Amino acid sequence: MVLLDVENLRTYFETRGGFVKAVDEVSLQIEKGDALGLVGESGCGKTTTVLSIMRLLPSNGRVLGGKILFDGVDMIAIDEEKLRQEIRWKRMSMIFQGAMNAFNPVFRVGDQIIQAIRVHEDITKESASKRVKELFSLVGIDPDRTRDYPHEFSGGMKQRAIIAMSIACNPDLVIADEPVTALDVIVQAQILELMRDLREKLGLSMILITHDLSVIADICNKATIMYAGKIVEQGDIVTIFKHPEHPYTQGLLTNYPSIKGERKKFAPITGRPPNLISPPPGCRFHPRCPYADEICRREDPETVEMKRGHYVACHMKNR
Amino acid sequence: MPHEESIVEIDDLKMWFPVRTGFLQGLLSKEQRYVKAVDGVTFDIKKGEIFGLAGESGSGKTTTGRVILRLIEATGGKVRFKGKDVFTLGKREMKEFRRRAQIIYQDPYASLDPRMSIFDFVAEPLIVHKIGNEKELVVDALERAELTPPQEFFYRFPHELSGGQRQRVAIARAMILNPEFIVADEPVSMLDVSIRSSILDLMVRLRDELDISYIYITHDLATARQVCDRIGILYLGKLVEEAPMDALVDNPLHPYTQALIAAVPVPDPTVEKSKAIIKGEIPNPINLPPGCRFHPRCPYAEEICMKEEPKLIEAKKDHRAACHIVTRK
Amino acid sequence: MSMERLNLYTKRLKGFINQYKESKLGIIGLIILSIFIFISVFANYLSDYSIKATEGDLSAQFEPPSYKHWLGTDDVGRDLFTQIMYGGRISLLIGFLAAAISGGFGTLVGLFAGYFGGWREDILMRITDIVLVIPGLPLMIVLSALLGSSFWNIIFVISIIGWTGTARVVRAQVLSLKERPFIESTRVIGAGDLRIIGLHLLPNVFPLIVAQMVLRIGSAILAEASLSFLGLGDPMSVSWGMILHWAFTTGALFSNYWWFLLPPGICITLVVLGFTFVGYALDQIVNPRIRRR
Repeated sequence: MVLLDVENLRTYFETRGGFVKAVDEVSLQIEKGDALGLVGESGCGKTTTVLSIMRLLPSNGRVLGGKILFDGVDMIAIDEEKLRQEIRWKRMSMIFQGAMNAFNPVFRVGDQIIQAIRVHEDITKESASKRVKELFSLVGIDPDRTRDYPHEFSGGMKQRAIIAMSIACNPDLVIADEPVTALDVIVQAQILELMRDLREKLGLSMILITHDLSVIADICNKATIMYAGKIVEQGDIVTIFKHPEHPYTQGLLTNYPSIKGERKKFAPITGRPPNLISPPPGCRFHPRCPYADEICRREDPETVEMKRGHYVACHMKNR
Repeated sequence: MPHEESIVEIDDLKMWFPVRTGFLQGLLSKEQRYVKAVDGVTFDIKKGEIFGLAGESGSGKTTTGRVILRLIEATGGKVRFKGKDVFTLGKREMKEFRRRAQIIYQDPYASLDPRMSIFDFVAEPLIVHKIGNEKELVVDALERAELTPPQEFFYRFPHELSGGQRQRVAIARAMILNPEFIVADEPVSMLDVSIRSSILDLMVRLRDELDISYIYITHDLATARQVCDRIGILYLGKLVEEAPMDALVDNPLHPYTQALIAAVPVPDPTVEKSKAIIKGEIPNPINLPPGCRFHPRCPYAEEICMKEEPKLIEAKKDHRAACHIVTRK
Repeated sequence: MSMERLNLYTKRLKGFINQYKESKLGIIGLIILSIFIFISVFANYLSDYSIKATEGDLSAQFEPPSYKHWLGTDDVGRDLFTQIMYGGRISLLIGFLAAAISGGFGTLVGLFAGYFGGWREDILMRITDIVLVIPGLPLMIVLSALLGSSFWNIIFVISIIGWTGTARVVRAQVLSLKERPFIESTRVIGAGDLRIIGLHLLPNVFPLIVAQMVLRIGSAILAEASLSFLGLGDPMSVSWGMILHWAFTTGALFSNYWWFLLPPGICITLVVLGFTFVGYALDQIVNPRIRRR
């Protein structure tokens, strides 16, 4: 069952220098139970895509086209009040980048989560408080610590608290933006374990945004690779990692350091990501692509379905 | 590629930072408390070797790097560079040391002077050491750092360059005096993924061509695996294991190393998922547990672990570990 | 200087001008100041009248504004409009010099305190605090009375009060810069303290100092005006503060000679406003905003 359907989304930012074409004709789908990894480097548009879905763009960001349907609800057309009351946090929640540092230091952690719940649900303080204690148990924090302040929590605990907050209203979809990047190695493994666990227990669907391919391989069942505001490849996780078709994906994977297996011979991708105010004509990756041809410099590639569920946007694969 | 002789010898290095207590506490308790960031670390770096120093936060790895370069005065222990004690060098010898030992920082956005042109920034070491021929040498250094054509970068400023380019500028500046030893403090962790391998590649090639030794400080074992010849694992200021890179990954001896390696995710969905085989997090470095610092989290901890600190002993050929259980075998 | 270097500086200048243009207040301030500076500099071309007290026309005392005397005359018959024009010279000059000296001194204190830390910082900052705590105007009055009033004495007295603000701001900026790796990397390559302070810290603090100094000029002009008004200024000079002083002491207030009282006050206000606007605009540009990537 398709939970989230994004079609040809276009989000641009208005800046002094011109329009930044941050997200340009992006389409993706989440089915219930999916954990989709949204991968790409900084500036590729992954966070902007997700902010567009949740209608949390900064003031200079505009959704200029496309369709976003969340369980049938038109997320672009729905009015703000309804969005807040019915969708946000109750059906779709988000773990922001660096959220663990966003706790208000003068309020108790438990109280902040209670507040978040009560903004979206009409329940008493006692019920909310009880729920928070249950949530703490669920995420692996001692329930007696709901009355602690943020500075009394370690980094890992804060992240667990943030996760607790994001599932507080039993959402269908949780969007997590770099949820483990700032954590130490072992804590990262603990949090990844927790997320896998919760996904199973609560039947959550997830979008996981990260630049770390190994985290995606660890948790997700599908992956979407973005480059310069466009999706270059999508598919199930094994296909993407074992049979990548797009030169960018291939380049990323070949050079991705791994602690296991053979030491890689570096064959780095030359060049750097383009300026999104005036991206290169044709395929945005062509300046860095070892296989670039005439047509790549002229035309934007169409997305082709290589095999069931595996999509690639590359002229070379079109033939 | 690494030679037999050592170029840097670190001997029982200690770096303790006094903790400033509150006014009352300072009056009431006479004891000065310390954060023992580096507490008795001993290892060697061979000429032409890339030595990894890995650990999580609070392990003391960055502090070790800075103490080796004498950017802060160590509390105890010795650092020998080419046989000479770095901490007792006179002014002139110190200047020589500053020619031979350089650093590359983690943050390419903060490690370049925003008001200096690239040319001036890369040429500065030459001016400090009164070496002429700036233009030629800067061109050389920029080319080696793969910033071509070099002249195009002369009169640009840091904010005009990308993260990867800035890091190359930092490398050019570190290389311009033909150093023998470089402290690389998480040199790629703030760079985009597709750029990382090219910077690491550059570092390794410079080592291959010029026989430079590196200490590669990182929390990322995956990149360490790609570039390091040997690696040491730090935990709360102590070296818990030290071995050739492959040996450490294939056969980690210390329980902490085992936990670290099990926890690192792998970019392959078909292999086993990462596992957290130990619980808890790194404790407060001010109140260290007695005995082995790792014992509260160790699945194998015994009586002796809570009382005595284990020594770093050669458990297998060339493979040292500081663990009572391991040394018993 | 090579062509490229010249291009580099022009590029920077252009960038700065573009940014400055965005501040409306900055433009207004600049216009105000340009007018006053122009008038001050070219005062002797713009007027034929003399400002010497001995060359006044006693028969034309306290005349209200007329076609002959645009702002009337003062107590000894001198043309007031001319005095206002020349007065700008002294006020602005004292303002610039006092701001430059106190800014320079404050910068040195801030740089050394911030860079060296330890006991050196403690001593310097305690001295700064003490000077800050003493009320400015009373101290200036006492010092002026002790030292006597002359052009340089006034500048000295104003400077000795004014350096503390700059010292604090510079020290704060140095403390934050010190943490950045690029400063430490200069130690790694073997540079000495002087090089680090002069070539790395100072250029990075410089924009902040300039913004500070512009604001200081405004307060220095006010300080000079206050001292002169109170009678501690150089009696031979013609500054706006002195004009106000004569206006007051010759009873212009009670006799309602508004053309004697208002113009100097308005000029002081406008000029200080001008410097404040420009300083504000500069501050907007140079304030350590995170300007990455």
